[in-house]
Amino acid sequence: MSGSIQDTFFEECEELLEATDEGLTAIEGGDHDPEVVNAIFRAVHSIKGGAGAFGLDDLVAFAHRFETVFDEVRSNRLELDPKLVQLLLRSSDQLSALVEAARDGGQIDEAHNDTLLAALDEYIPEEEEDLTFEPMGLGAAPMVDLGDIGGGEPAEPQEETYRIRFQPLKEMYGTGNEPFFLFQALKDMGELTVKLDDNELPGFDAMDTSEAYLAWDLVLVTKELRSVVEAVFEFVEGLCELSIEGDGDAEAEANALANLDAMFSTPPATAAAPTAPAAAAADAAEGEAPSAPFEPPVPAPKPEAKPAPAEEKASAPKAESGKQEQRGGPKPTLRVELERVDRLINAVGELIINHSMLAQQIANLPVSDTRDVETELEGFKNLARDIQEGVMAIRAQPVKPLFQRMARIVREASSATGKTCKLVNEGENTEVDKTVIERLSDPLTHILRNAVDHGIEKPEDRTTAGKSNIGEIRLSASHRSGSVCIEIKDDGAGVNRPRVKQIAIEKGLIPENAELTDAEIDNLLFAPGFSTAKEVSNLSGRGVGMDVVKNAVTGLGGRINISSTPGKGSTFTIILPLTLAVMDGMVVSVADQTMVVPITSIVETMRGSDDMINSLGADGTLLSIRGNFVPICDVAGSLGLYRESDQQAGVYLLVETETGQRCALAVDDIHDQRQVVIKSLDGVCGEIAGVAAATILGDGKIAMILDPESIIAASPTAAAFDTERRMSNAS
Amino acid sequence: MKTKVLAIDDSRTIRNLLAATLEEAGFEYHCAVDGRDGVDMYPDVDPDVVITDINMPNLDGFGVIEELRGSGINSKVPILVLTTESAPELKARARGAGATGWITKPFDDASLIFALKRVTGAAA
Repeated sequence: MSGSIQDTFFEECEELLEATDEGLTAIEGGDHDPEVVNAIFRAVHSIKGGAGAFGLDDLVAFAHRFETVFDEVRSNRLELDPKLVQLLLRSSDQLSALVEAARDGGQIDEAHNDTLLAALDEYIPEEEEDLTFEPMGLGAAPMVDLGDIGGGEPAEPQEETYRIRFQPLKEMYGTGNEPFFLFQALKDMGELTVKLDDNELPGFDAMDTSEAYLAWDLVLVTKELRSVVEAVFEFVEGLCELSIEGDGDAEAEANALANLDAMFSTPPATAAAPTAPAAAAADAAEGEAPSAPFEPPVPAPKPEAKPAPAEEKASAPKAESGKQEQRGGPKPTLRVELERVDRLINAVGELIINHSMLAQQIANLPVSDTRDVETELEGFKNLARDIQEGVMAIRAQPVKPLFQRMARIVREASSATGKTCKLVNEGENTEVDKTVIERLSDPLTHILRNAVDHGIEKPEDRTTAGKSNIGEIRLSASHRSGSVCIEIKDDGAGVNRPRVKQIAIEKGLIPENAELTDAEIDNLLFAPGFSTAKEVSNLSGRGVGMDVVKNAVTGLGGRINISSTPGKGSTFTIILPLTLAVMDGMVVSVADQTMVVPITSIVETMRGSDDMINSLGADGTLLSIRGNFVPICDVAGSLGLYRESDQQAGVYLLVETETGQRCALAVDDIHDQRQVVIKSLDGVCGEIAGVAAATILGDGKIAMILDPESIIAASPTAAAFDTERRMSNAS
Repeated sequence: MKTKVLAIDDSRTIRNLLAATLEEAGFEYHCAVDGRDGVDMYPDVDPDVVITDINMPNLDGFGVIEELRGSGINSKVPILVLTTESAPELKARARGAGATGWITKPFDDASLIFALKRVTGAAA
């Protein structure tokens, strides 16, 4: 069994778990459509089926219990009351945890698992409980070497002669069972002689084609056990008269069978069955045709096998299927390996670069009139953009599954903190790049845990505050002018600003007398080393602060903001670029180097004159813009580049950081504003302060894409100015 | 001539497992993603044997058997049911609808091939 099948299983599990979650959420919302219950049952059932194939016994056992409860629900023997729905939601979470543990080899919380199993058991009637699924451990049981049973030396199997009387009932012919094939299976086990008994066959006139008249007497000489012989007739049990007599049922065999019985507590007929076919299959694999031609039995009188009951029932499923068809199937989809899409994205990137190169070549041509060519080139550019957007759309996925997982996080967090919260999702169909979705999971988890732990008040406090005792967290996604906006809004107590400030002072993050605006205090939450939890709770306080969240978001080229109103709640806003592969950038030159600054971070550009520049301290300079002072940060200096003496930085890019801090990046010149393909520097060179990535320009040269945020962070002038500003605010 | 198998199961995992085992064993493998799909595919595939799951959207396994055995298609080929539990009433119901035999999930390669052999005579 190859790993890829198991991979498919886990992939499928993700989808099935999503379907389960979705169904349960619908049920929680009051939707009691039987088809919803059926869909959940099928999903859990499929997880169980697949898990069984891979011997994932914990998962099988849990899924079985879960599924059984659902079976009770769909048979109307059990009502979905809120308590049961809550249990099912938690069970669905546990099912996810088990799948994850099986996939990643992690551990599950055994005690929690047992508690849920016990809780589920309470809904399962006694007689159902007895049917507990026995994990069959993938062929291990049936394939056990019979010689090993009893622990002794493998005994040489004794040849045994079986006399078999086989008389099919007429019902057998309606099931598609064919005596001939059964005999063939027997023949593979040893020497078989077949004798047809047609004594019962009436004269031609008296013959009823729907009756069965034939019987066979078989003699089989084989080393196989009786149980294996019996297994051949498994499917016709009850559809024929069958007797199997051994020449002398050896004592050893009886013992072995007893052992088998004890081991598997299943009828020996099924337990040991596959031993024979294993050999048969091996034979077949070697391509050896059966040596002795098999004597074909007289074809059984084949009645017009139209099972009457089947015909009667045929109309029912048809009506049902008609109903199903009306609902309209899902749109046809195509599953593609991610790698193929990524290859395409790379190719599109190259195409965009190629376009810039072509444009530059044409511009350099010693031809006066290039208008026609430029028109065509413009078409080329638009097509390239279309293709790029099309490819991006392939990578784009709705945030729905991510949001659904978050509902689970909120449930877990609520039960861990004793608060009642519900998560309301909005804009679930907003599509975002797959990688962005993957990397958003951790930050969102953290923010939501925080929201439950620190934001939402305890039920009694909420009642006192005149709020509903159920806290609400709203998770929404939307597209906003070329970016994706994700908002997490809770209706809790809001940021406790006096406490936040106090902690920041205690931890030395701000001077004691700092005078901060409300927004600045709120943003202290993102400061490295800040954590408000008095004691480390096992929930949000896992030793990491919101700075980790911020790093994750900025790592995706995004920004995160918080706004809060005391008593009303807080809102975290995450703004992310639509794609991680291409961005709009401003091409600038710094000390003879061409560089790119992300457009999104630039507020304004301007040419500076001497009278706009003021000095701060020994080396620092400030740019005066319409009466405001902004620290100047020389890009060349911070990157360690040296200018020729006649060069000077005369152009300023005004950029703004997350905290609202502004800074003027000094560059030599601005060349162009264009779309650039982001090429990661990972693995090419180590992390360079101030550089986010690289790109290839139209002339084929490599240009660094700057990270204004880190350039500012490293700038002594910006830091000095910031301190100065705080001090002056304080005084 | 290879023996043609039409497998009907809504689980991709199970379909993959069946495909791997059956193709390895030399069967010609076709699959359908639910009961309706399976019944629709039946005439084109014209299989020698059908393997069907029970719990499926858009027509369950019993429905599949009933439609295949019904007067419309009037199939005589063996139909094996894939079940998770070896509950007797499930087998009885499948048999009542016209199933030939059953394969208990999780199945191993040998028991799958053995079941096919007993209903088609073919080991491949």
